[in-house]
Amino acid sequence: MKSERVNLTDLNRIMGVAACGALLFAVACGGSSGSTPTPTPTPTGSNVQAITVDAGPAGNYANGAFTSVTVCVPGTSTCQTIDGVLVDTGSLGLRLLSSVLTVPLPQQKASDGNPVVECLPFVSFYIWGPVQTADIEIAGEKASATPIQVISGSDFPVPTACADFGTSGETLSDLGANGILGVGSFPQDCGSACTTTGPSNPNLYYECPTSGCVVVAESLTQQVQNPVVLFSTDNNGVIIELPAASSPEATLSGSLIFGIGTQSNNGLNGATVYSVDNYGNFITTYQKTAYNQSFIDSGSNGLYFLDSSTTGIPVCSDANYFYCPSATQNLSATNEGSTGSPSGTVSFSVANADNLFNNNPSANVFGQLAGPNSLSGFDWGLPFFYGRKVFTAIYGQSTPGGTGPYWAY
Amino acid sequence: MNELQIFQCHGGATKLVLRAAILSATMLVFALPSFAGLGEDASSVQADQAHMQGNLRTTQAQAYTVQEIQAPTGIIVREYVSPTTGKVFGVAWQGPWPPDMRQTLGNYFGQYQQALQAQANSHAGRRPLVIQQPGLILQASGHLRSFAGRAYIPEMLPQGVSAEVIR
Repeated sequence: MKSERVNLTDLNRIMGVAACGALLFAVACGGSSGSTPTPTPTPTGSNVQAITVDAGPAGNYANGAFTSVTVCVPGTSTCQTIDGVLVDTGSLGLRLLSSVLTVPLPQQKASDGNPVVECLPFVSFYIWGPVQTADIEIAGEKASATPIQVISGSDFPVPTACADFGTSGETLSDLGANGILGVGSFPQDCGSACTTTGPSNPNLYYECPTSGCVVVAESLTQQVQNPVVLFSTDNNGVIIELPAASSPEATLSGSLIFGIGTQSNNGLNGATVYSVDNYGNFITTYQKTAYNQSFIDSGSNGLYFLDSSTTGIPVCSDANYFYCPSATQNLSATNEGSTGSPSGTVSFSVANADNLFNNNPSANVFGQLAGPNSLSGFDWGLPFFYGRKVFTAIYGQSTPGGTGPYWAY
Repeated sequence: MNELQIFQCHGGATKLVLRAAILSATMLVFALPSFAGLGEDASSVQADQAHMQGNLRTTQAQAYTVQEIQAPTGIIVREYVSPTTGKVFGVAWQGPWPPDMRQTLGNYFGQYQQALQAQANSHAGRRPLVIQQPGLILQASGHLRSFAGRAYIPEMLPQGVSAEVIR
């Protein structure tokens, strides 16, 4: 089994080279496919940014939505456009690999002049690196003088409290992306907890004199920001729109649209609004049990839910983080707002992950890729977005669907 | 309080200490659980509480004890203690941030780190964490501002207790 996985990785590695051929193939096939639904017209406008689900800059990503972001030295035309940035509604703020960054962005400094450096935990790694300031340009939108994180394991020594989260994600191969564009439900990555001193501070922000890094209280505006809230318009949330993907495909093209109900192209148009609690979760009910730590997250790369003992679906023998049913399972669950209403049924399918990968070596889009999530109910990852228009409204921002946070689709 | 004192002593070790002193401190660490968490004696929970500067609440189930530490950060860590061995057989966490994993996993932190590094080399893409190894099961999930996880030692589960209670 192990050698199979190595082969798979090798295949994924050469996918970058094969992508061109795969694209031609897809185009050639597209004409003869009678079952393809009529594509909705691609939205246009100054608030529309193209996104693509493909192998990503490391050439091996499954179900990752990537886009490009332009960063400029604040107030200047010294700019750089970086592609291969993961679009992530499960985090907040822009983080870029220092290895891809060539423009000299100014370092944020604490009140005493020391550089500010952040340690941000994700589920299976932490990201360490300095907070710098950039004008961020995406589509026709601009977030001026925005604190971002530069991902760098080596510019400043990692403090013990940061290393104690586990392992560092700091390279292209660690992340599968040149950066992460966090456009989730909150304006800052930390919030009020990081503005405090003492034991209520979660130790995310440090100031780093040469003598070593120490935790610093970081004001809300100094924290790494969800850039959307700093746009002059279209700043109350985002929409991710991707076409359906009923079978594995090499690429999928869609849109990241800024604002909710601020332009003619971003109205709710009858989408159901599901409220989100202060932790960014709502309720998913599966077989009469409600799971109130469920969430929608474009940065998760599958439909992750419950476990084998609850679902009866076995995990793969060579990858216990994916499900491997003997036949594709067609299931349904009910999503509810965090307050218990409204509710709506979601139908989804779980295919055998081994078969998905082995039978489709040049595919990167897997709408039926799923796996266990024993602790928090449902993690509706990127496959949930295929064939949907999903709205993420930001905490405290007013929209025609009410004040955020909420998801709507 | 022994554990607490040793913990502080260890934390206060300076560059001035001699190699011999470091050696003896290391021996002390091995002799008594200054680092607490998974697999350690129930008494080590106090060190965790001190480390998290949290409130401790104890609840008694039929076949185990739950020591719940609530930190001012909003992080909750629950340690599940077997009455027969007196040891922490499982830990669970929940909150806006993950807990200090070295403190929470104790001697299993190294195994955790190695498993994370091994997983980083498998399929790319972000997903919930599943570590299933001889002697250690760990699951974690969530997103920024909402994390949850649990870890346990299957061999140490008290008779008749399901791992499902650890959450």
